[in-house]
Amino acid sequence: MFGKLGLDDIPYHEPILVVTAIVMMLGGLAIVGLLTYFKKWKWLWTEWITSIDHKKLGIMYFLVALVMLLRGFSDAIMMRTQQAMAAGGAEGYLPPEHYDQIFTAHGVIMIFFVAMPMVIGLMNLVVPLQIGARDVAFPFMNNLSFWLFMAGVVLTMVSLLIGEYGKTGWLAYAPLSGIQYSPGVGVDYWIWGLQISGIGTTLTGINFFVTILKMRTKGMTLFRMPIFTWTSLCANILIIASFPILTATIALLTLDRYLGMHFFTNDMGGNMMMYVNLIWAWGHPEVYILILPAFGVFSEVIATFAKKRLFGYNTMVWATLAIGILSFVVWLHHFFTMGAGANVNAFFGIATMIIAIPTGVKIFNWLFTMYRGRLQFTSPVLWTLGFIITFTIGGMTGVMLAVPGANFVLHNSLFVIAHFHNVIIGGVVFGMLAGLTYWFPKAFGFKLDEKWGKRSFWFWITGFYLAFMPLYILSFMGAVRRMQSYANADWQPLMIVAWVGAVLILCGIACTVIQFIVSIRNREKYADITGDPWDARTLEWSTSSPAPFYNFAHLPNVGSVDAFWEAKKEKGMAADKPTQYEDIHMPKNTVAGPIIGLISIVFGFALVWHIWWLAGVGAVGMFVAFMFRVFNDDIDYYVPAAEVERIEREHHKRLEMQA
Amino acid sequence: MRMKKNLGWLGILPLIAVLLSGCDGALVDPKGQIGVELKSLIITAFWLMMIVVIPVLVMTVVFAWKYRHSNHAAKYMPDWAHSNKIEAVVWLIPCIIILFLGIITWKTSHSLDPHKPIESDVETMEVQVVALDWKWLFIYPEQGIATVNEVAMPVDVPVHFSVTSAAVMNSFFIPTLGSQIYAMAGMDNDVYLVANEAGVYDGKSSNYSGKGFSEMTFDAHAMSQDDFDAWVDKVGQSSETLSYEGSYQELAEPSTDHPVEYFSDVTSDLYRDIVEGFHGGNGEGGHDGGHGETSMSAEAAE
Amino acid sequence: MTTQTVNQHDAHAHDEHEHHDAGAMKVFGFWVYLMSDLVIFGSLFATYAVLMQGTAGGPSGADIFELPLILVSTFLLLFSSFTYGMAVLAMHADRVAQVKGWLVITFLLGAGFIGLEIYEFHHLIAEGFGPDRSAFLSSFFTLVGTHGLHVTFGLIWMLVMIVQLFTKGLNDKTRPRIMCLSLFWHFLDIVWICVFTFVYLMGVL
Repeated sequence: MFGKLGLDDIPYHEPILVVTAIVMMLGGLAIVGLLTYFKKWKWLWTEWITSIDHKKLGIMYFLVALVMLLRGFSDAIMMRTQQAMAAGGAEGYLPPEHYDQIFTAHGVIMIFFVAMPMVIGLMNLVVPLQIGARDVAFPFMNNLSFWLFMAGVVLTMVSLLIGEYGKTGWLAYAPLSGIQYSPGVGVDYWIWGLQISGIGTTLTGINFFVTILKMRTKGMTLFRMPIFTWTSLCANILIIASFPILTATIALLTLDRYLGMHFFTNDMGGNMMMYVNLIWAWGHPEVYILILPAFGVFSEVIATFAKKRLFGYNTMVWATLAIGILSFVVWLHHFFTMGAGANVNAFFGIATMIIAIPTGVKIFNWLFTMYRGRLQFTSPVLWTLGFIITFTIGGMTGVMLAVPGANFVLHNSLFVIAHFHNVIIGGVVFGMLAGLTYWFPKAFGFKLDEKWGKRSFWFWITGFYLAFMPLYILSFMGAVRRMQSYANADWQPLMIVAWVGAVLILCGIACTVIQFIVSIRNREKYADITGDPWDARTLEWSTSSPAPFYNFAHLPNVGSVDAFWEAKKEKGMAADKPTQYEDIHMPKNTVAGPIIGLISIVFGFALVWHIWWLAGVGAVGMFVAFMFRVFNDDIDYYVPAAEVERIEREHHKRLEMQA
Repeated sequence: MRMKKNLGWLGILPLIAVLLSGCDGALVDPKGQIGVELKSLIITAFWLMMIVVIPVLVMTVVFAWKYRHSNHAAKYMPDWAHSNKIEAVVWLIPCIIILFLGIITWKTSHSLDPHKPIESDVETMEVQVVALDWKWLFIYPEQGIATVNEVAMPVDVPVHFSVTSAAVMNSFFIPTLGSQIYAMAGMDNDVYLVANEAGVYDGKSSNYSGKGFSEMTFDAHAMSQDDFDAWVDKVGQSSETLSYEGSYQELAEPSTDHPVEYFSDVTSDLYRDIVEGFHGGNGEGGHDGGHGETSMSAEAAE
Repeated sequence: MTTQTVNQHDAHAHDEHEHHDAGAMKVFGFWVYLMSDLVIFGSLFATYAVLMQGTAGGPSGADIFELPLILVSTFLLLFSSFTYGMAVLAMHADRVAQVKGWLVITFLLGAGFIGLEIYEFHHLIAEGFGPDRSAFLSSFFTLVGTHGLHVTFGLIWMLVMIVQLFTKGLNDKTRPRIMCLSLFWHFLDIVWICVFTFVYLMGVL
């Protein structure tokens, strides 16, 4: 009846997990209670859960990402604590059984459920506004993508309370992840969590690719698109081309585990090297899916706050394209030590280094954007400067790793850990936090508190250097990654320094949380009436803050790269008042999206535990829900001109009052 | 903005410190020819990168400070966004550096290829390494002995390690001596290393392999030829023996923190049997795939 | 570059943009989806190429492939592509009844293809050459089976379209769907030709 699932699978004998479970449940109850008390259920359903508004979906992505950041970070600080303790024969407080799950979950959560939703959330919020569109190309699919992503999040979180998570590392290398060496359900949670959310990501990629290519407003040629849109376009191309590889790879692993096939097994002709190749053929482009949009954020931020056009726009675009293409021919640098021949290693090493050229050019372009500008040291700018410095160092260590000879001793060591945190924290996290601060007023109508934003930055950056520079040193002392304990007591002092760094990062995260609370309290004071709080350059700032659900009463007309900036210069004001409005065609909310997402959780859970009947019910349920959507013709409507006029009038009234 | 400047340096100081000072690190203080070459390669790459990294860090701080909003003395050109000269320079410099680094990469990828024998007057010694859950088995085919979690080699004698796994993927790594190589079931991988100084060096698996991974370590002893001969004798006096069908199967059972073990009599084909045991359908009939095919499949990773 | 006002009011342009052809956009989006699906097939082909030799003492392609049977199913699928093409032509001529007829014929041909594939798989498994026998058979079953799964989805989709033609007729919503299914169907045909050549023909030769 319940497949492999039994009462023993609920880890009530593990104090850490019990406490986590209680906290999670109390938190859940508190949210349910508050929603009921304030009678917000209907609001939640109609305004958020079923919404197809790209801005709201973007906000939800980002919110979930921030919550998952807390989870992923607790994993991080647990690992750092363990490694600070378990030296010279000491066992620490986490047995391998736990420690192995934690580093696996940390990697998976941080990449798939923190970095990805931040990037996709920001893309959702910003891209349609930047290209002067009213929504994405396929609004229903956008909602569905979000709920498939959420299904992955839920499955991963459920593994904490029922069963276990993978003990394989975040990429679940075969044959360790095969049924012979990982008979438990941990890998199955990994499989279904990533498979379901991965399909959501592929749909997002297709959606935004079509949106950017087909829905740009009049006059916006490709080479007039804002850089963030350009980097998003490239990221989405990478998603379309690489996520199917992940889907296929996970499917093959699934067949190995569920049907006894032999793709990656040790015997019967299986080939585990195939797994490693496939997973990195996705994994490397994935890194660029994360970093390219972050590059886009920095480009927008630096031009806006330096009050100057972005230096070398065309170069920036070509560099982005070059990085995107090259990211597909470098995957082998993740396993130079597998034993491929010298020619192969050299080829992939050099291909990797070549990526450093366009990346370096980008860095110089940001520097020359500041040059002869008027740089305001707002917190997004601090993140950007922190990024340039940190990413440059991370890029340098990356190139060192790309030299196969050097890689033979640095591979699998803490050098690798330090390197990719150097680029992912310094690049993606800093970028997303900069983007969050920068576009927050566009989403909510008020700015974030600067004081706490800057505090967060200083904690993050000092914390980062303290946490990761010691790892570089440790790697030179021979320390490898994923150690639950180590015999060499000489490593302990540096491990403790790294732990202190993690604590400082925790303070940085706390500052961000406080920043939200303080800003919400002072939202009147920080209100953005004009819709253009930073005196910025691109179209999203030409509409009100928060943007109306239809984005633009009249679709803008674009004549240059910084269209809005040019218009302001010419007219001396942000927006002129139109005299006449028209009906606006908009999509309706969808029930099918969240329902399919919800059923996919049941479906995934049933497959994890081999509850076949429930999986069958889930599959049929998803199909039926989808058919309801397919046979429903009532999916769009017109916003009457009078309504548009009323909303726009209000905005103009506020503008005049402020003036 | 003083602090930001400090942070910039904070980033590279530890690296410089480690690379230049002879601290107690395994990679900083290598004891074998391969390790020495790798260290100098890392340092070369590091300084080559510094040619561009240092200016970037300096420019970041200087530009940000000089063109701060409140500094009205600085020139302000809001529409200046293109300069062929600057573009040429910022493309050219990284290109030149990567060109140099590319040449170095090409050369060292060949000269430091783990599969390449080390040139020496003395004959290369053969050691066969098997990664088991979670311990290392070392077979000395020339001496007819085997050990677990301890390996010994004479100083200045190149050693050819044939590496395979009888469980999941691992990576055979003695940081002080140099390159690591993956150990994979059914594959015959290899790496050449040499110790130029006597001592006991840490060896380990660097590729995570499950529950007992952290304790999957061994000591690598580099010693004089006489000491090595004595060591071989010592191992040879062990009463334990090892054969594929017999005691090996017991040893291959998963165990963590496995003690050092010696085996005096080892069947000559043990390593081959272990590798080929994975080739057949069910452990039998797999002897058709010879060594050649195996190493070919190791390079199919291309 | 002339600079124009951002919020300029241009009723006509706006209207054009507004209906910027939702149908065409869907078909384009579906194209993009097919490209991503192609990557999945590419991965499976690559896997097959690597594992082809991994027979682990079991049968190889030459031992188990029955070319005459495969040839029949190949022609079924090729012919179904042709009949689907006829359905699209009928759609462009607004002949609903003909569209339905051609779709039904296409469905039957596709169902025949799937029937033969099920027979082939069943036969192999019964002989002990199931996908768990060797890496070669795993990759063979997965590659061919994934194509078969796609065809099955195409058949379900076709049923839905036939139903929708009865309930809704040809309109702005059903037309792009029939076009997308057309792309899907021809795409699967092309993939099958690759499977046929790469797996069956080269396997037997």
